[in-house]
Amino acid sequence: MTIDEIQQEIVEEFSGFEDWMDKYAYLIEIGNELAPIDPKYKIESNLIRGCQSRVWLHQEFTDGKIKFEAESDALIVKGLVALLLRIYSDRTPMEILASEPKFIDEIGLRQHLSPTRSNGLLAMVKQMKLYALAYEKISAKK
Amino acid sequence: MIPDISQIRKDFPILDQLVNGKPLIYFDNAATSHRPVQVIERMNEFSLRTNGNIHRATHTLANKTTEAFEASRETVRKYLNAAEVGEVIFTHGTTESINLVAFSFGEAFIGAGDEVIVTEMEHHANIVPWQMMCERKGAILKVLPFSNNGELQIELLDSLITEKTKILAVAHVSNTLGTVNPIAEIIAKAHLRKVPVLVDGAQSAPHFKIDVQALDCDFYAFSGHKMYGPTGIGVLYGKRKWLDQMPPFLGGGEMIDRVTFAKTTYNQLPYKFEAGTPDYVGAIGLAAAIQYVQGYDHQILADYEHQLLIAATAKLKQIEGLKIYGEAQQKAGVICFNIDGIHPFDLGTLLDQLGIAVRTGRLCADPVMDHYNVENMVRVSFSFYNTMDEIETLYKALIRLKAMFGTMNMNSK
Repeated sequence: MTIDEIQQEIVEEFSGFEDWMDKYAYLIEIGNELAPIDPKYKIESNLIRGCQSRVWLHQEFTDGKIKFEAESDALIVKGLVALLLRIYSDRTPMEILASEPKFIDEIGLRQHLSPTRSNGLLAMVKQMKLYALAYEKISAKK
Repeated sequence: MIPDISQIRKDFPILDQLVNGKPLIYFDNAATSHRPVQVIERMNEFSLRTNGNIHRATHTLANKTTEAFEASRETVRKYLNAAEVGEVIFTHGTTESINLVAFSFGEAFIGAGDEVIVTEMEHHANIVPWQMMCERKGAILKVLPFSNNGELQIELLDSLITEKTKILAVAHVSNTLGTVNPIAEIIAKAHLRKVPVLVDGAQSAPHFKIDVQALDCDFYAFSGHKMYGPTGIGVLYGKRKWLDQMPPFLGGGEMIDRVTFAKTTYNQLPYKFEAGTPDYVGAIGLAAAIQYVQGYDHQILADYEHQLLIAATAKLKQIEGLKIYGEAQQKAGVICFNIDGIHPFDLGTLLDQLGIAVRTGRLCADPVMDHYNVENMVRVSFSFYNTMDEIETLYKALIRLKAMFGTMNMNSK
């Protein structure tokens, strides 16, 4: 599936929730289900520090694709992290650079990606794009 | 005696609104309090009818503005019971007030090897300016610790003060632990050793009647926006004997007496420390806020806030797995807590969905977070416009959210 198709799939998953509480409960559930990041990657250099919550982001570039692992100490953020991984992990740099995480807006959780929310999520998206940009440049040189 | 809260709430129209479809419950007063219509109207009226830049003008609007600005200073002086208006300096807030003292007092009195004492429970604004000054001067920052219950270890103060100690800076009320520090005792102890004391009053001015002469503090700093006034205005009270000896903090505007390229002489107090056009609209708003509070018996408001604190503490303690940080004997209307297994960000986000405004995070007090070895906390803070019903709603909301997380955690196991 393409990034856009997966985003559409997520939007449909969330469309069933009428109550915000159910939406957040679902987010917490997928946050809980997210496999924890390997402790050896839970290090300072992988830390994206928000004032409110922390996100750790690790990446590996193999066979032209970037594989991301990430985790947050806050469950709601972790749920959103899980969704971001679902769309952005195992993608080529070009795919990552060409796509915005518009699903967050569509499922009504846009406030979590606003620059005023210092939960590390916006910084995580930026960081993923920076990695993509870097690997794209490296690949182009080869 | 309980004041008529429903009547008071009518003065704060902002409270009467739905947030995320729920009636707003505002428990973030320690960050900023709301303004009564009396303050808003006074500021609007001033901007609509009077505005003119203060001092040294011949025209009517400017003269009226100067009068209103200086009348505001007199209102603040009376409120603090300062000896004279020269000791009341308008700043942009507590942070600027402390920076002013750290810089100017530091320039005048602090050299290499000298010592400054702060406490472990200070807001960053009462740590960093001192740290910056100490670095500049080669001075040493020393820290008076607090016990796990949130009380300062006053018994250590005598040994912490040495002949090198030049100033001590302490919060009257902690913005995280809610502790009301025994500042009269601290000031007395410091003065015995000839050490002046700066009191960070950001969290006490909104709750208590302050008498700077009775306290005998050397400096007292507070912000307008935490005590029902506007943002951008604050006050530094300082004893003349110190202020006279301190060089200006910022240069330009009203702070000068005569400028030549060879030498500039400075204006008298308080203007020496008020460079540039001050926020006179803010000062007028702050005076209106003080007058608003003075319309009530201060003690009755403070007692009521204390009842809110006691009731909320008792309620929160009923919640299993909830830990309160700071249980000092003397507390003001601030409660910081965490609930086992729930991240403060998650809790704050979901409480917001229920219309309840709390603060979460590190609360500008990293050393307090480090003391309890936590990353973040949830803080609820009260004002006299809060109600017992709101505390009950908060309690029920926490129970509901706790169940939500409990179920989730079980599902994941």
